[in-house]
Amino acid sequence: MSIWVNSDTKVVVQGLTGKEGRFHAQKCLEYGTKIVAGVTPGKAGEDVDGVPVFNTVDDAVKATGANASLIFVPPPFAADAILEAADAGIEIVICITEGIPARDMIQVQRILQGLPTRLIGGNCPGIITPGECKLGIMPGHISIPGPIGVVSRSGTLTYEAIGQLTALELGQSTCVGIGGDALPGTNFIDCLEAFAADYDTEGIVMIGEIGGNAEEEAAAFITQFVDKPVVAFIAGQTAPPGRRMGHAGAIISGGKGTAADKIAALEAAGIAVARTPAEIGITMKLALENQSLLD
Amino acid sequence: MKVHEYQAKEVLARYGVAVPRNKLVTGADQARAAAEELGGRVVVKAQIHAGGRGKGGGVKLADNPDEAVKLAGEILGMTLVTKQTGPEGRLVRRVLIEEALPIERELYLGIVLDRSEGFPVMMASKFGGMEIEEVAAENPDAILKAHFDPDVGLHPYLARQLAFGLGLSGDAFKAGTKLMHALARAYGDTDASLFEINPLVTTTDGRVIALDAKASFDDSAMFRHKDIAAMRDLDEEEPLEVEASKFDLNYIKLDGNIGCMVNGAGLAMATMDIIKHCGGEPANFLDVGGDASQERVAAAFRILLSDTAVKGVLVNIFGGIVRCDMVARGVVAAAEEVKLSIPLVVRLEGTNVEEGRRVLAESDLAVIVGEGMADAAEKVVAAVGGAS
Repeated sequence: MSIWVNSDTKVVVQGLTGKEGRFHAQKCLEYGTKIVAGVTPGKAGEDVDGVPVFNTVDDAVKATGANASLIFVPPPFAADAILEAADAGIEIVICITEGIPARDMIQVQRILQGLPTRLIGGNCPGIITPGECKLGIMPGHISIPGPIGVVSRSGTLTYEAIGQLTALELGQSTCVGIGGDALPGTNFIDCLEAFAADYDTEGIVMIGEIGGNAEEEAAAFITQFVDKPVVAFIAGQTAPPGRRMGHAGAIISGGKGTAADKIAALEAAGIAVARTPAEIGITMKLALENQSLLD
Repeated sequence: MKVHEYQAKEVLARYGVAVPRNKLVTGADQARAAAEELGGRVVVKAQIHAGGRGKGGGVKLADNPDEAVKLAGEILGMTLVTKQTGPEGRLVRRVLIEEALPIERELYLGIVLDRSEGFPVMMASKFGGMEIEEVAAENPDAILKAHFDPDVGLHPYLARQLAFGLGLSGDAFKAGTKLMHALARAYGDTDASLFEINPLVTTTDGRVIALDAKASFDDSAMFRHKDIAAMRDLDEEEPLEVEASKFDLNYIKLDGNIGCMVNGAGLAMATMDIIKHCGGEPANFLDVGGDASQERVAAAFRILLSDTAVKGVLVNIFGGIVRCDMVARGVVAAAEEVKLSIPLVVRLEGTNVEEGRRVLAESDLAVIVGEGMADAAEKVVAAVGGAS
């Protein structure tokens, strides 16, 4: 089992004919993802590695039955691409693009509120259900199928955590990179809710970082609604205040959004917080063992 | 992207936010004409990208043009130290000469993005002059809030709620709500990420004016605001950070002695954290980007090494799509290119990691290979002389 994407997911890639889109779509195809269409306005009739290209997402959906979209279009056009996918009835949109203006995301979030479409990202590595389908730029081979759900605001730090889990033979149900922007389409709580309801997810790894209060909100949610073991790590314990640490959303402002606050909130909710990034996997393993002792 | 007070006021004034009449000067000799034109009694304000200027001695009242010349002369060229500049302070290159107003009350008005709500929030308080964070900590009920959709603007009833809450009445009520609408419109139109008017003042003759103004804008949106992008002042930024941005490297200078080069922002922060956990001090945050090509790694090495405090370097790369052997060859070539002479610890993980480690081991460089993040961090801390 898994959340949101599986071997039946049919994907349209928006921006397939660009360098990034082409490269990563190829990697997803190699992984076994069903990429059924690409969209680049004005390039209908072409194909990329055998994948047909359409002018609009609507055309692509009508011709192929695509129900997911993977977006690689440049930042000034990314919000429009998301809205186009939603309007065409796409169920899940994964936006890889980094650098979308916050103002555009305010508009996107407001419009999506009334629609059934789930957006993941922007500025995210994507989502993978190991052994079934990969929609994003993460390396597929580090993941193995199994019982751990992973949700993270980071990219390579997520791979680090997945690598540790796999080394401990703790496979993953689904790994979701929700992205490093201030206004992500999908947040921790959305993922926690889905993992909590997923029969085959037995434990959850949550990787947060400085900035905002999504981790604090997640901690409150876990206390109330999640009874599976959750392990967390918060990056940026040494980050200086007032500086944007790479990700648009990773900034301590006005004394808010520090790693210390987040760790305190998570621990108060009974969540095991890995002290260093090297201990994420082992902390999950111990949490599962503790859980099985209790059961 | 931050801008100076005078630039923030220029942007706000375009939208109808009332600001004091003012003149920017770069030499004390220009202060006389400016003061005379503004009515003689003026405030002389240092223009740097940091708060706390008044307490640091960068904002002074001049009773007449002679005094304005004298104060401008003192403030221009001074190294202003405030709680936000750090002990090294900032050189003052410009001062703003501003009309002195008949101030009645000092209030606070600001806008930030509320990430939980997904909308900007306008915040107002009667405690002008105080840091909003202080007010929030001591007296959270004293902060009035109104969320708004930038596509719609601030609803009139929200502006009225805030204005009544601030105790405005009569002419000041009208002027205050007008200013709030203008500020909200400016926020949306300019892709601002923060506006702060502290203090917002009411005058004895019923006006409401932005006495100070702080603004920062969304870097990601500057492609559609060339005029605001042009307000960037490189003098206010760390030179190494400016240099790094030319290579699209995300670099932030810190105070330690262990240079870090990592792919990915989250992993870069986590690498700093584990260095600290092992008793070391990171010298920087540096995200070298996903591909970690030789060219980018070489540029990153040059920037790291220009910081003379750096006594050792930790390279931590998780090769996902990019293969570790490619990264290893890039790191070796770049280290040779920049003639690296301080200890280098490299930790590679991911695709083709064995081959990558072999490339490092067989190179002529004295590379210390780290196995895992904890091992690499311990090794680099030891290499720079142990835990501090």
